[in-house]
Order: sequence, then structure tokens, then C-alpha cells
Amino acid sequence: MYTNEELQKIATFVRRDIVEQVYNAKSGHPGGALSCTDILTALYFNVMNLDPKNPTWEDRDRFILSKGHSSPALYSVLARRGFYDVGSIKSFRKTGSVFQGHPALGKVPGVDMTNGSLGQGFSIANGMALAAKLDNKKYNVYVMLGDGELEEGQNWEAAMTAAHYKLNNVIAIVDNNGLQIDGKITEVKSPEPIADKFRAFGFNVYEIDGHNFDEIMEAFNRAKNSIDTPNVIIAKTTKGKGISFMEDNIGWHGKAPNDEEYNKALSELGGGNYGVN
Amino acid sequence: MGSTRQAYGEALAYFGRQNKNIVVLDADVAKATKTEIFKKEFPDRFFDMGIAEADMIGTAAGLATCGKTVFASSFAIFAVGRAFEQIRNSVAYPNLNVKVAATHSGISVGEDGATHQAIEDIALMRAVPNIKIIVPCDQYETKWAVKTAIETDGPFYIRLGRCDVPDVYSETESFTFGKGKTLVEGNDITIVATGMMVSRAVDAANALKNEGISARVIDMHTIKPIDEDILVKAATETKKIFTVEEHNILGGLGGAACEVVAEKCPTKVIRIGVNDEFGQSGKAEELLKLYGLDVDGIVGKVKENL
Repeated sequence: MYTNEELQKIATFVRRDIVEQVYNAKSGHPGGALSCTDILTALYFNVMNLDPKNPTWEDRDRFILSKGHSSPALYSVLARRGFYDVGSIKSFRKTGSVFQGHPALGKVPGVDMTNGSLGQGFSIANGMALAAKLDNKKYNVYVMLGDGELEEGQNWEAAMTAAHYKLNNVIAIVDNNGLQIDGKITEVKSPEPIADKFRAFGFNVYEIDGHNFDEIMEAFNRAKNSIDTPNVIIAKTTKGKGISFMEDNIGWHGKAPNDEEYNKALSELGGGNYGVN
Repeated sequence: MGSTRQAYGEALAYFGRQNKNIVVLDADVAKATKTEIFKKEFPDRFFDMGIAEADMIGTAAGLATCGKTVFASSFAIFAVGRAFEQIRNSVAYPNLNVKVAATHSGISVGEDGATHQAIEDIALMRAVPNIKIIVPCDQYETKWAVKTAIETDGPFYIRLGRCDVPDVYSETESFTFGKGKTLVEGNDITIVATGMMVSRAVDAANALKNEGISARVIDMHTIKPIDEDILVKAATETKKIFTVEEHNILGGLGGAACEVVAEKCPTKVIRIGVNDEFGQSGKAEELLKLYGLDVDGIVGKVKENL
């Protein structure tokens, strides 16, 4: 187990990797990647049962980044966790790279499913969870959803499925940063009240600060002990977290920093020996 | 005699006994798609996803990533139409072992009318990389289609029908995936048919024979990958090719045949099918006649275009 301080340090590296990837690619989605960074760091370093040397290990916990545009966060966390060399993610979004704009199964070690078309990840998580039940395996399936993504109706079909089939091994996380491309989620087409909706669908609901490692770890620990109820962690987050001019700014949903912004972002993040685990 | 959907349900149960990895999903139409036959025998490996086709396909994809061979069934218009993008992005792109087997294709759905009559499903599935397509014509070919889908890695679309159809083959017949079957030899023209149109094409060829026209008949059970060789041979050895399908003339068997023939051996192709219009309510046989997909309709179209 990593301490909060260690997780914080890793998360800073991940944030720097996100900036690097999007800057190198001159495209990508930094805002939502930065908002889910702390949760992804906690998941891959302290929560999930996995083996970087055997990425397709049958008993591993699964993770689905349903908000697939946050791929730079996932690519970085997998690299930092030892699935591949961190230098390789520099090819992100470039022609011929395995690091596609949105994660693709079979290309990057540790990526458990193709994602990116919003609304589809939750159902896939249920399928993996049903397979665990069929095979008497104990693994959990984690699925990261965007809050705006909840406007896709398939999520609620999937929520019904998870509750009906008592998929206690499904742990959904909502990256509740409050913003989507066209504006605030409450102004575009509000998915709120998110917590009440999931309660009505029969979920264990945990509402946390998605940047507080104590709260993140407690929510995962409680969710993992669910008997026959699926779980959702609604994590209040800040889009663009960690970089002052990106924080809570919708303009940074899908934009790459210029040279000046890139340097400013890295200097704000700090972190010392960048590139070294 | 029997429906391809009935043969499908029985085949699932049959292969389900040998292969514990097979999981079946349905979207509240298990009685109609006949997946109920599998469900009764293997309730633990059957999941009803309710009236939620998009969720069904996603769930199927998740199961497939964990090593399951998943059959997902509904009516063709909902399985392929409603969940098209789920099939495209969550199944075909990651190349997963999900076999979409849809019943109630074409206008022979009958009384339910146009909302329930898929006439564009082959076109939709043909345009997606990685997907293989089989349209069986009778119960024996259906059993082979299910076996082939189980034994062949990757996504499949199996197109099935609601109506009883005559047996074209017998239990001992063998088929080769991706290879059409010549059912009737002929030198004047070739009729290439798929699905329930195959037996009608044979009947049409017999009727044409009485009028001195020698028609070759090919059962094109595999639509993708299409058998290019058999089409080029027909284009070389006979004067014209007639395609017959219970589908829009755009993008289905007719489209596939035109693409091959135009590139490899330009020959006139006449597409017989639904002429880019919606179906309607009515008895299946009446509708097939109305849309020119009965034996007389096929014979008439051939004679018109000789």
C-alpha cells in the first residue's frame, strides 16, 4: 500500500505526463484527464489486484475508462505502474501509435477494453462482472464514467442490469467535474440529482471528494465489501485539476497547450525529477 | 420444413451441451427468437437484458473479453438498427467473439409492419470491418451457421427469419464458409439468392427451364466475405446475373455482387429485392408476392431482363 503522500507524488507525475502527451500530440483532452487522475492513481496503485507482467491475467480486476477521451491519464498510470516504459506514451495520438486517441483493446498492455464512444462502458463492465459470476472468480470491475456521459441513456439501461443481476462486483465511478463541452452539466441537460438517481436504481452510493485520497480509499474499501448490490462512487472533482489556468475552465476540455502554457503547466505541477519513477 | 429461428434455438442448445463457454443474451423476445430453447436447458448461461438492445450488445462485449462466446439475439431491426453503434464500437472494432443472431428479418415478418421489418440490416453490417455475415436458407444451413460462428473467432451477424421455409438441404449436407453453393447448373443466366429466397430461386429456375431458359442457381449463404470466384465464374459463363434477397436492393447481396462483378468481370446484374421502400402489414406470403419476391415475381423479372 502506498501512503497518501506517495500517491500524491505519483499523481503529480501522471498530471505531468498528461500535459506532455497532449502537448506532443497537439491535441487531446487534458481537462477530464486531470480531474480523474487522483482516482486512477489510487485505483492502479492501491486498489486493483493486477500484475503488470501479466496484463491479461484471468483473475485480475478490470478497469474500463468509459470516458475514453481521458486516455492520457490511463496511459500514464499504466506506464507508471510498470505495464510499459513511460517514454513510449510520447507517441500518443500519432499515426501508427498504439496509444490511440481513445483506448483500444489489444494495442496497449493493461487496457481492458476499447472505449471512447460515450455511454458504452457501463454495460461492458456488467458483462465482465457476469463472466466473473459464471466462472466463480472474485475479481471486481471498475468503470469510470463522466458526469456529462450520464446523459447517454445506455448508462441507465446498464444501471438496471447491474442491480437486477446483483452485480456487487461492479464499482462505477462518476468523475463529477460538472462540465461538458457545451457548458455546465446543469445547464446543458442536467443529469442531476445523480446520487438520488443511482439510489433509486438500487446502488450503494458513496459521495466523496475525488481529490482526497483518504476519501477515495475509504469509498473503494467499502464498495469492495458489498454483498449483493452494485456500487457507484460519485467523486466531486475539478476539471483541469492541478493547473491553475485549466481548473474549472471548459475551454480546456479538448485543447492542447501552446509552448508558454505548457511550460507554465509543468512549472505549476512541480514534482522534481520528472520522468523518474 | 421449419423456420430458421427454430433451428437457431435448437442449434444453440445442441452446441451449448458441448461448449460450456457459450452464453446467450436476449432482449425480451426469447420466445420469438427461440433462444428460450437454450434458456430452458442452460438457465445459468442465459441472461435476459430486457428491452435494452444497446445494453445487451455492451454486456455481450464485456462477457466476450472474458473468454465467453456470446450469442446476442433480438429482432433484426433492433439488434442491428438500435444497437448499430454498440456493435460497431464495442464489438467489431475490438474484434470480440460476439455473434449477433437476429430473427424477424425482412418483410416476411408480416403483420407487425414496417417498424419491425428490417430491410437494411445486411447493408449496415456489411459496411463494418471485422464482421462476418451468414444468411442461412433452411434449418440445416442454420445449424451450420451457428457452428461456424462458434468455431470462427470474431464477430458474426447471422440473419434469420420468422416464417417456416422449405428444406433446401438434408442433414448430411456440408457447407464451406465464404463459398457459395451451386444448386442448379445452368448456362443462360445465373440467379444468386440468399436466405429464404434460395428455395424460391430454385423453383424459379425450374419454371424457367420449362420455358427453355437455363438458369444457374447459387445459394450465397455467406454474404461477407462474399465468394468472388463463384460470381466471376457466373459472370463469365452466363449472360446475366440476377440477385434475389429479402432486403433492400441497396447494400445487401445485390450490392455486394455488383461490386465484385463491376471490378472483376463487368456483366449486367439485375437486383431483385425490396426496391428502396418500406414494408407494410399483411400476411408474409401476400407481402412477398406484392414486393415481387414470390416465384412468379422472380420468373417475371428474369424474363423482362433477358
